[in-house]
Amino acid sequence: MMTLETIAEKLSLKCKCCWENLNREVTGGYAGDLLSDVMANSEGGDIWVTRQVHQNIVAVAALKEHAGIIIVQGATPEQDTIDKAQKEGIPILISALSEFEVVGRLHRLLYPEQG
Amino acid sequence: MPSEGYEEYLEGIYEIFGRDFVDAGIVSSQIKNGLKSRGITESIIRRVAVITFEAEVNIISYARQGTISYYVLPDSIIIEAIDVGPGINDIELALQEGYSTADETIREMGFGAGMGLSNIKKSSDAFEMSSVPGEGTRVKSTIWLKGKQQGEDVT
Repeated sequence: MMTLETIAEKLSLKCKCCWENLNREVTGGYAGDLLSDVMANSEGGDIWVTRQVHQNIVAVAALKEHAGIIIVQGATPEQDTIDKAQKEGIPILISALSEFEVVGRLHRLLYPEQG
Repeated sequence: MPSEGYEEYLEGIYEIFGRDFVDAGIVSSQIKNGLKSRGITESIIRRVAVITFEAEVNIISYARQGTISYYVLPDSIIIEAIDVGPGINDIELALQEGYSTADETIREMGFGAGMGLSNIKKSSDAFEMSSVPGEGTRVKSTIWLKGKQQGEDVT
């Protein structure tokens, strides 16, 4: 069992919105910047790691019922994105690290048995 | 374009405008909520969400305007996307994963990977598509409510 809050703490993520939902459980993860790929292949409960910052990421995360979104490379989400995330209750977390680094750490955290 | 004999099962019809990327996903979200309130199972709703989202993004990306309608029949759900726009010359080519005519603006947002139509097809139990170049495109997707497993390739 891993919550968004634990992930945010262990990966030093900055939460941009929806603190109230950080107790949400993360059941898996998906990384991708092509929205159709994420639509087709991610699962509900995933934490989604992406470099995209525009508001359509919130639409995708809401439709797929992702636990939350991690934006990588210290990128700043557009204000519209934050507003929409607030409305949908999708936490947006920012990492200064690259997508590769974030996914590596996240994977170790979520699946420690796989090393 | 009239639908064939399932009009009475219409649950909702939504208008979508070309280049309105800001609102992408709103229609899908409304349809998802509609199906939830009808007690449709999660696995079906997940497939419908992929279909409606991709159909929405297609209309926004390529057409002048269009509609997405959804029908809940006793044995199936039908999603119909009809647009007024440039149409598609070669449907077989458009269905190929990776083929896209998206411009830079569309691609920058993470759309235009050439996966939209194939995602719709893969998520459907039955898929029909027709287009008249210079006039528009119609996509009809059917999902059976019983008897088929999620993700099963029936096309």
